[in-house]
Amino acid sequence: MEPDPERQKIEALLREKARTATGQTRALGFEFVSAHPRGAVIRLPWREDLVGNPETRVLHGGVITTLVDSVCGWSLFSALGGEADIATLDLRIDYLHPAEPDRDVFARGEVYKMTRSIAFLRAVAYQDEDEPIANCVATFMVGANTPKLQARGAAQ
Amino acid sequence: MTTLSDAVANARKSGDYQSVIDSIPYMRFLGLTLQTHADGPICHMPGSEHITGNPILPAIHGGVVGAFLESTAIMHLIWAHESRHVPKIINLTVEYLRSARVIDTYAQAVITKHGRRIANMRIEAWQGDRARPVAAAHAHFLLPSEDA
Repeated sequence: MEPDPERQKIEALLREKARTATGQTRALGFEFVSAHPRGAVIRLPWREDLVGNPETRVLHGGVITTLVDSVCGWSLFSALGGEADIATLDLRIDYLHPAEPDRDVFARGEVYKMTRSIAFLRAVAYQDEDEPIANCVATFMVGANTPKLQARGAAQ
Repeated sequence: MTTLSDAVANARKSGDYQSVIDSIPYMRFLGLTLQTHADGPICHMPGSEHITGNPILPAIHGGVVGAFLESTAIMHLIWAHESRHVPKIINLTVEYLRSARVIDTYAQAVITKHGRRIANMRIEAWQGDRARPVAAAHAHFLLPSEDA
């Protein structure tokens, strides 16, 4: 298959964004894996300090929530062709299976419907492709903070 | 480090649930603290660079807001003697109501429906003004049957 130059451009951009990430993305150590026309895959390397149940060493559900929320954001960047002003409106996550200790967790997201201001996404977190640990649906607003940021820019 | 079951047993005697939080690595990672009240614990998450999702606004990462709401529900269930262990979460639905600034955030949970095996929870998070929540969630937890 011919390499798609548009996709390569987005992958390079997202890879660079992951490399220079700040805040929670860096604190959790998320890594960019790949971009698809309307989606992305990211990875969370195993970390003992993210455990939510010290008796079973299962990762905290909140870490998985952050992982799927992030992959939704990255999928939306992929669909929009670059970084954009987005905000989560709502997110539902079903915890299907506990994450196995000492193993990385992957998340794959996809924009399945996009309107001018709202994006509808789904995402799945997994360690083995055929056994998802969580399933997520989310809606994001596109351009949510643009008026606020414009007002701030005009005030400066 | 105290084990979780020791921490829960001690907390039931002393009423100090902070040691339970401190025995759960990810809650410690978020820097959570809690204050107990007659109607349940109020959890606190300090603002810091490492929980930021949007560096331009800046705002707390949406996933961290979800994680904080879930943690508050877990602490409520342990406080309410519903579980000696970390209760299993089935699902969580988060509504993001306002952009959460990177400052002190508080949350409290209520059990809206208590079944034999399932607890249905409602959780709200706020900053400054409790009447203006930044996020709300509902969640289902599986209650351990041997621990009624």
